[in-house]
Amino acid sequence: MTKNPKKYNKQPVHPLDDLIRTDRIPHIWCSGCGIGTVFSSCLKAIKATEIPYNRFTMVSGIGCSARGAGYVNLDSFHTTHGRAIPFASGIKMANPDLKVIVFSGDGDLFAIGGNHFIHAARRNMDITVVCVNNLTYGMTGGQVAATTPNNANTTTTPFGNPDSPFNLPLMAYASGASYVARWTILHTRDLTDSINEAINKKGFSFIEVLSPCPINYGRRNKEKPLDTLKLYQDNTIIKNGADPVTADIDFNRGVILGKFVDTERNTCDDMYASTCHRPCSDD
Amino acid sequence: MKPAVLTGEHYITGDVACAEGAIAAGCKFFGAYPITPATEVAEHMAERLPDVNGTFIQMEDEIAAIASILGAAWTGTKSMTATSGPGFSLMMENLGLGVCTETPCVIINVQRTGPSTGLPTLTGQGDMMQARWGSHGDYEIIALAPASPQDCFYHTILAFNLSEKYRVPVLVMADEIVGHMSEKVIIPDASKIKLIDRPKPRGRKDRFKLYEPGPNGVAPMPAIGDGYNVHVTGLTHDERGYPAMSVEAQEQMMTNLKGKIRNNLDDIIETEEYKMDDADIVIVSYGISVRTGLTAVDEARKLGYKAGLLRLVTVWPFPEQMIKDIAERVRGLITVEINLGQVHYEVERCAGGKAPAYLVGSAGGKIIHPDKVIELIKETF
Repeated sequence: MTKNPKKYNKQPVHPLDDLIRTDRIPHIWCSGCGIGTVFSSCLKAIKATEIPYNRFTMVSGIGCSARGAGYVNLDSFHTTHGRAIPFASGIKMANPDLKVIVFSGDGDLFAIGGNHFIHAARRNMDITVVCVNNLTYGMTGGQVAATTPNNANTTTTPFGNPDSPFNLPLMAYASGASYVARWTILHTRDLTDSINEAINKKGFSFIEVLSPCPINYGRRNKEKPLDTLKLYQDNTIIKNGADPVTADIDFNRGVILGKFVDTERNTCDDMYASTCHRPCSDD
Repeated sequence: MKPAVLTGEHYITGDVACAEGAIAAGCKFFGAYPITPATEVAEHMAERLPDVNGTFIQMEDEIAAIASILGAAWTGTKSMTATSGPGFSLMMENLGLGVCTETPCVIINVQRTGPSTGLPTLTGQGDMMQARWGSHGDYEIIALAPASPQDCFYHTILAFNLSEKYRVPVLVMADEIVGHMSEKVIIPDASKIKLIDRPKPRGRKDRFKLYEPGPNGVAPMPAIGDGYNVHVTGLTHDERGYPAMSVEAQEQMMTNLKGKIRNNLDDIIETEEYKMDDADIVIVSYGISVRTGLTAVDEARKLGYKAGLLRLVTVWPFPEQMIKDIAERVRGLITVEINLGQVHYEVERCAGGKAPAYLVGSAGGKIIHPDKVIELIKETF
C-alpha cells in the first residue's frame, strides 16, 4: 500500500488539501448550507484513521450532498439517484479490503434508495453511510422528502406536509445496522469522531447528520439560517445508547443525538467467505 | 473445486452455458435478482463462483443488481448480471450509467414475451429495440444474439472480450428457448479460449486523464486503489472525468462514446452466412429465429428459390453496410424475428428501397415455423 501523499507547497495549505480536488473548487453548495461541514468532518475522520487513502473510496447518489464525491481526492463515484448503496455493495463484495464510504442525502438514501438501505443493513454490508439530512430535496428546489416533518411547507406541499417522516436511526436499527449515530453540523467534533469510529467499525454503519437548507427549506418554514442552528444547540440532547424508538425528530420535544447502536455481528463479506469456503479478508 | 474452464462435452441448457462462458471468461462477480427464464444463470453462478474465488450476491432488485456489477467492475473485476424483460426494464437507467462512465460489464437478457409481465415462461425477441435505445439519451451499445447453448457459451466470452476492449456494457440477447433447452456444448481447452482484458493506464499518475482515448478510441481504465484517484460521474464530463456542464463538453463526450464503437465496426460486427453465394432472396435473422431461417432456406431451395440466410451474431451495432450491399443485388430481404417488427425496420432502412424488405414476425410465445417464411416466399417471389 502506498503512503499518503504529502504536499510541500510554498504557500500554507489547508490541512485537508490532500483530500480535496482543489481544482474543482468553488463547490456548488449555497451559503448557510451544512453539507460542507459534514464533508469536512468526513475528510477529517478519513485522515484521522491513518489508513492509506488508496484503500478508501467514496460513493454517492444524486443531490446536493451527493456532490461530495466530486470534491474528494479519492477514487470516487457519483452514481444514479438512490443507487449509491448497491453500487458501493458491489465494490465492497468484489474487493473487501476497501473502505467504502457512501456520502449522500436523505432524499437519495431514504426515498428512491430506501429499499437498498434496509437490505444493505440487513446483510450487514461493511460500509459506512453518512446521510446529510436537510429534511428536503435541496437540489430540485425544496420538495417534500421522506424526512420532511409533518405540516412543513415545501414546494409540493404548499398547504403543509400531510405525511409523517421516517425515524432514520430506528429504521437503521430495525434493519440490522451494526452502528447507528446522529449528530448535527454544530457537533463537528462528535461527528468527526463518530465517522472515524464508523469507518473502523466492521459492519453496516449509519450516521445521520442534521444539516440546514436555509434556501429551500428554512425560507418556507419561517426558519432563518441562525434559527436552525439555535434549534440544533438548544433543542437537542446527547444521549448515547438511547432507544432508537425515541429518535424521531421533534424540536419542540427535543431531538436525541449520540450513538444509538454499536453491536458486533458478522459482515456480509465475512459470512460469504465462511459459507462459501473462501479465504477471509484480513481486516 | 472445479477449474474455471470445464473442458469437455456437456449436455447443458443455454442458461448454464452462459454461466460457464462467464466463468471461462474470468468473471468474478455476479449480482442478480431471480426472474424467469434467466434464474438458472444466477443459480449456476451461485454454485460456480466460489470455485474461482469469485463472489455471487443476490440483490434486492434488478436496479441494485446492475448497480452492484458496475461498482464491482471498478475494482478491476469482470462482472455480470442476468435478467429478463421486466428486470431489463428496471436496469435501463444504470445501463446508461455504465455507458456514460465507460464501465465494462455483461448483461444477459433471456428474453420472454412482453409487454409487462407478458408470458414469463415463453419465448420472445421483443426487447431488441430496448437493447438498442432503452436507456435515455443517445449512445452506442453492443448486443449479441445466441441461437444455441453452444452459442451461449461462446457469446458470453465474446461479450466479456468486447466489453473489456471497448469499455462498454455488452448485452447478450438470448431468449427463453435458447436459455432453457439442453444441447451438446463443447468447452475447449482453456488455452484455446482467447481472453481480452481492459486496457490499464501507464505513465505518470498526476498526468492521467480518465477519459483520454487511446489508439482505438478507448481510454485505459484503472481500478479503485491503483492510486489514480479517479472521479467517475454520470454527469456529462470532460477527459479528466470532471463534471462539465457545457454544450462543448457534451459534444466531445458523445464523440468519444460513439466514436469508439462507430470507428471499430469491422472489429465488432460478426455475421454468419448460409447459402448466400447465389442467393437472391435473403433471410435476415438472429437468436433462436436463426433456426427458423436455416430450415426455411433449405425448404425454399427444394422449391427452386435461391434463398440464403444472413445471421446477425452482433445485432447492435447494426451491420448497415452489409445490408446495403446485399440490397443492391437481391430480389428481397425477409426478416424473421419473434416480435411484430423491430430489427425488420432496421433492415428496411438500410435496404433503402433498393430491395423490398418483408417481415415474418409473431406476437411471441413460440418459435416461428419455417412454413410461414415459405408461404411468404411463395406469395411474393
